[in-house]
Amino acid sequence: MPEALPQHPEFLWRHPDPKPGYDVVIVGGGGHGLATAHYLAKNHGITNVAVLERGWLAGGNMARNTTIIRSNYLWDESSGLYEHALKLWEGLEADLGYPILFSQRGVLNLAHSLQDVRDGMRRVNANRLNGIDAEWLDAAQVKEVCPILNVSPHVRYPVLGATFQPRAGIAKHDAVAWGFARAADASGVDLIQNCEVTGLRLAGDRVTGVRTSRGDIAAGRIVLCGSGHSSVLAGMAGLRLPVQSHPLQALVSELLEPVHPTVVMSNAVHVYVSQAHKGELVMGAGIDAFTGYGQRGGFHIIEDQMAAALELFPLFARAHVLRTWAGIVDVTPDASPIIGLAPVEGLYLNCGWGTGGFKATPAAGWCLANTIAAGRPDPLIAAFSLDRFTTGALVDEHGAAAVAH
Amino acid sequence: MLLIPCPWCGPRNETEFHYGGQAGIAYPDDPHALGDAEWAEYLFVRGNPEGWFTERWAHTAGCRRWFGIQRHTVTYEFRPVPIREQVTP
Repeated sequence: MPEALPQHPEFLWRHPDPKPGYDVVIVGGGGHGLATAHYLAKNHGITNVAVLERGWLAGGNMARNTTIIRSNYLWDESSGLYEHALKLWEGLEADLGYPILFSQRGVLNLAHSLQDVRDGMRRVNANRLNGIDAEWLDAAQVKEVCPILNVSPHVRYPVLGATFQPRAGIAKHDAVAWGFARAADASGVDLIQNCEVTGLRLAGDRVTGVRTSRGDIAAGRIVLCGSGHSSVLAGMAGLRLPVQSHPLQALVSELLEPVHPTVVMSNAVHVYVSQAHKGELVMGAGIDAFTGYGQRGGFHIIEDQMAAALELFPLFARAHVLRTWAGIVDVTPDASPIIGLAPVEGLYLNCGWGTGGFKATPAAGWCLANTIAAGRPDPLIAAFSLDRFTTGALVDEHGAAAVAH
Repeated sequence: MLLIPCPWCGPRNETEFHYGGQAGIAYPDDPHALGDAEWAEYLFVRGNPEGWFTERWAHTAGCRRWFGIQRHTVTYEFRPVPIREQVTP
């Protein structure tokens, strides 16, 4: 039977009015912003902190992602960051004292061509060298892990094999946000909703505060965690980011009996599928090609995604699309995030997570908190600085990012 | 799906088009004269406004011509640009 979700208390956090100033202001009350606030308080005792959210907490990409958590990235820099996240996920429920339904059911990344096979094997080997659990499976072994997957050679894009990370999985995204929010609030962090940042206050080349729809707020350290709107926020400090915002769509089916035991991702045919705890099939698509902030995408993208899903999972032919939606993802040229210091003193960047920010939520918060407390980049994020686009030291993760863009 | 007004063919479905990104990005006159920061700007940085944006599309399944147009990145409305901007990259 599908799992029942735990009840949660009616009130998880206070609703304070903004104070005139804080030590740290975090712009964006999604997963990354809330996690940053939590780790600032927990690891560094920095609690004079506000998280400003223009809508409601975790109502942007945190409410719209497909909740896949994995760390099977190619390069050492990414492995370090995403594996740190996965280790934090493994202890997060105990840390937050809140159920997040983290289910380590594994992830298959399918290979449909000889090049996919070679890239997948290379990634498995790279992962193992970095201490990350990874296996290469042939088509028959893939079928054992996920019996409903069509591994017949007679389809347009046959499954030739897959990488498998058993420790990967999914979590309940809302519960993750609520857990971080509750913990941050209990530490004294002010979570302020319906508070849109409309400008940054600068003195010379350092930040002194934010202008908001609820008045000016002073702060010497400001963290931008605005995901899809990162370019707009950074523009307030005169920065131009190598980031493009695109709609990224996902959908769910009606509630079904458990049929899908793992997570399946296919880079080549643009679909990734898991079955949520309640029983709905959750599927993500590729991004829309154009830039946009409209939180909606083209239906032809959904059609392509469904065609791919049906070829891989003939069983889904009888399921119905219940709901589709889009989030706005901020994509960088190398499909890796920009996280760390900005060229403006006191300003910290956390953006460019593109299509894969959810899995990194605890690590992004952890490393940002370290960076803010120390005033220099945490070693795990040093490679993900803004200036890598000038030096040329890109961290190209288009292959492992798994969403087509 | 967007309904894109091709200046030569009229309104057509988005699936007939290929997106070309921000308009008006010319190849540097003398690439060797650029410093690292300027080269990075040319290679990697493009406008990403929340609002009107002048961009390029190619009508690949129609007249196969590139054109410039303005699109609102929140409402996804289109509006034409002067003919000179339509035809320059």
